[in-house]
Amino acid sequence: MADSTADPQLASVVREALRQRPGDVVGVLQAIQAACGYLPKPALALLAAETGRSLAQLYGVISFYATFSLERRGRVVIRVCQGTACHVRGAARVTEALAQHLHIEPGDTTEDFEFTLETVACLGCCSLAPVVTVAGHTHGRVDGPHAVAALAQVTDFAEDLL
Amino acid sequence: MSGGWRATVGAGSCGLAAGAAATRRALQKSAQGLGIDLQVATTGCIGLCAREVLVELRDPDQTTWLYGEIAAERVPELLQRHVQKGEPWIERLLLRDGIPVHDNDFWDLQTRRILARCGAIDPESLEHYKQHGGYAGLQKALARPPEELVAAVALAGLRGRGGAGYPTANKWRACRETASDLRYVVCNADEGDPGAFMDRNLLEGDPHAVLEGLILAAYAVGAELGLVYVRDEYPLAAKRMQCAIDAARQAGILGEHARGPGQGFDVELRRGAGAFVCGEETALIAAIEGERGIPQRRPPFPTERGLWEKPTSINNVETYANVSWIAAHGAAAFRSQGTAASPGTKIFSLAGDVARGGLVEVGMGTSIAQVLQDIGGGGRGGRKLKAVQIGGPSGGCLPASRFGTPIDFEALPGEGAIMGSGGLVALDDTACMVDVARYFVGFLRDESCGRCSACRVGTLRMYEILTRICSGGGVLSDLDELQRLAQSVGDLSACGLGRSAPNPVLSTLRWFRDEYLAHILEHRCPAGRCRTLTQFVIDPYLCDGCQRCYRQCGYGAIALLGRGVAMQIAGDVCGSCGGCRDVCGFGAVRVV
Repeated sequence: MADSTADPQLASVVREALRQRPGDVVGVLQAIQAACGYLPKPALALLAAETGRSLAQLYGVISFYATFSLERRGRVVIRVCQGTACHVRGAARVTEALAQHLHIEPGDTTEDFEFTLETVACLGCCSLAPVVTVAGHTHGRVDGPHAVAALAQVTDFAEDLL
Repeated sequence: MSGGWRATVGAGSCGLAAGAAATRRALQKSAQGLGIDLQVATTGCIGLCAREVLVELRDPDQTTWLYGEIAAERVPELLQRHVQKGEPWIERLLLRDGIPVHDNDFWDLQTRRILARCGAIDPESLEHYKQHGGYAGLQKALARPPEELVAAVALAGLRGRGGAGYPTANKWRACRETASDLRYVVCNADEGDPGAFMDRNLLEGDPHAVLEGLILAAYAVGAELGLVYVRDEYPLAAKRMQCAIDAARQAGILGEHARGPGQGFDVELRRGAGAFVCGEETALIAAIEGERGIPQRRPPFPTERGLWEKPTSINNVETYANVSWIAAHGAAAFRSQGTAASPGTKIFSLAGDVARGGLVEVGMGTSIAQVLQDIGGGGRGGRKLKAVQIGGPSGGCLPASRFGTPIDFEALPGEGAIMGSGGLVALDDTACMVDVARYFVGFLRDESCGRCSACRVGTLRMYEILTRICSGGGVLSDLDELQRLAQSVGDLSACGLGRSAPNPVLSTLRWFRDEYLAHILEHRCPAGRCRTLTQFVIDPYLCDGCQRCYRQCGYGAIALLGRGVAMQIAGDVCGSCGGCRDVCGFGAVRVV
């Protein structure tokens, strides 16, 4: 992963994001995270230099929003919906089953950087609660065993995203 | 048009979650295998999410057949029966040419005005939108002075659909009347209420209707730039909106002459990054400006000093879709639905323990009972509904005895709830109201921006007390303490999030005090939801020995005694998660 200050690839990610989204700091951060999977520190240092903001200011923004991550995450991000309907229909059981299967707590990443388990505010698929997304692909009406099984199908996903 | 068959798959996020993409692939593959000339298309959410995946077949005679519960593995059977043998699959057929075959009340009792195109058109086609009357209202409005548009919206009595119900025309006037070289219009698509998905569906199913409303608003207030702020959790909505913006640019609907000759208007899409409070308009502005999304004191209102210090009019997604409708059909037609003070229709998202969850549109003033019991079909699996959570974290829970209450801006506050943006989560007897209050307070604790200590600390303290009650350690004085804290948080917070944060606590204390008392005095959770207070047993007389509970138990707590023999729960291993109760088709799992 691009983690050195001199990394030219990382620099081009930051500059391209700034070029495409001038004045949209949150958007630039999103673009960096989309490219790297998280927000590497050298990228933030460069962004701070280019925008005239201090690193502390950027950190303030980053830490405010739930989607940003300052740590490297897994190749596959699993998000368990925490909406009201999912809550009353058993989202906690789904989180529990996934945590047990992967041997990690929500918010953590497996040691091999394969999976990150997250919880997420309502995804708005409430009539199919409980809902889980695996690598961006949404699964509805899941229970613990279903959610665990979904992890094995990660390879088909690209074409399933409309 | 082709002389063959066409299949349209409902592919909103909800459809996709149920497997719409796989169904679409199966349709293509299966048609090829069977030698059927089938064109496969996609549309937005058709509405009856409970029956996803929804597939509409159109035969060569142009008759349409809407089928429900068509998972990929059912596709070959559907095509063989209906297309090859010419025998409609009656058990799965929902609508024939728009006329209900099943779930009649779901379709018949709605007024699908704003949702009319959702699930009917290809959301990625500007042409489709135009064929269904789109952009005609804009054309009409642009030929007249902007004051006429503002007057029409005022006459219609349109009130903001995001929750607060502020008259849209007043907001526009305030923005228009503030002297400035630049003005902005913003579409608030940060639908953060958990349990609400009206705006997601509109953006996914009919994005041009929202865009048209935004252009109309820009014309009304004299804005040069519009921004659509879509929350992070809605990738498909953002994608379809971007697609609509691009198409409108290409067609000249946006761009140099969008608001009339020489009067340019363009729209940019911005993505949220996961913060509930950014649905509050001043926080939303801060987020767009690249700051922490912390609400600011009003006044000055954004209509005076908003985005980048310029007058800004911010409306919600559904409000814009209503503006488009008014521009096309007029104020008088708009008022043919709803009440005098709350005119028009409202879209509700129906979820939770209801039999027929989905997206529902009715005239305002329709009672909760009509929406939940008649349209929604009552409780899931024939269970009785105990309560409804209405209005999200700012709203409240109402008991079944108050289901006669009309849903509009006026009636609900008196009952301790609000209409809010339109999320309705039905709760049956397996939902614990103390747990629901704890859930919402936990949500608000996480989402509080931290600026006002009453909200930051108050939600945390309330959460601690509720957690204590849920785990059996509550004392009677906790109830007074909760009441007092709730009052303080509401009185001492600056923004709407904090001011309404006590509602989930106050409404459950008001209507479900008995459940609080059962937890505190009897150390019992009547619903069997609070784990430390719950033990489940399987009634051997009701158990069929089907082993479904065994297969889903994550604790290995269910003993396997042989097929057809009643199951047993090992109390010492059981995690009291209730998974067995949820899957049991015989009602054999009971709370001790």
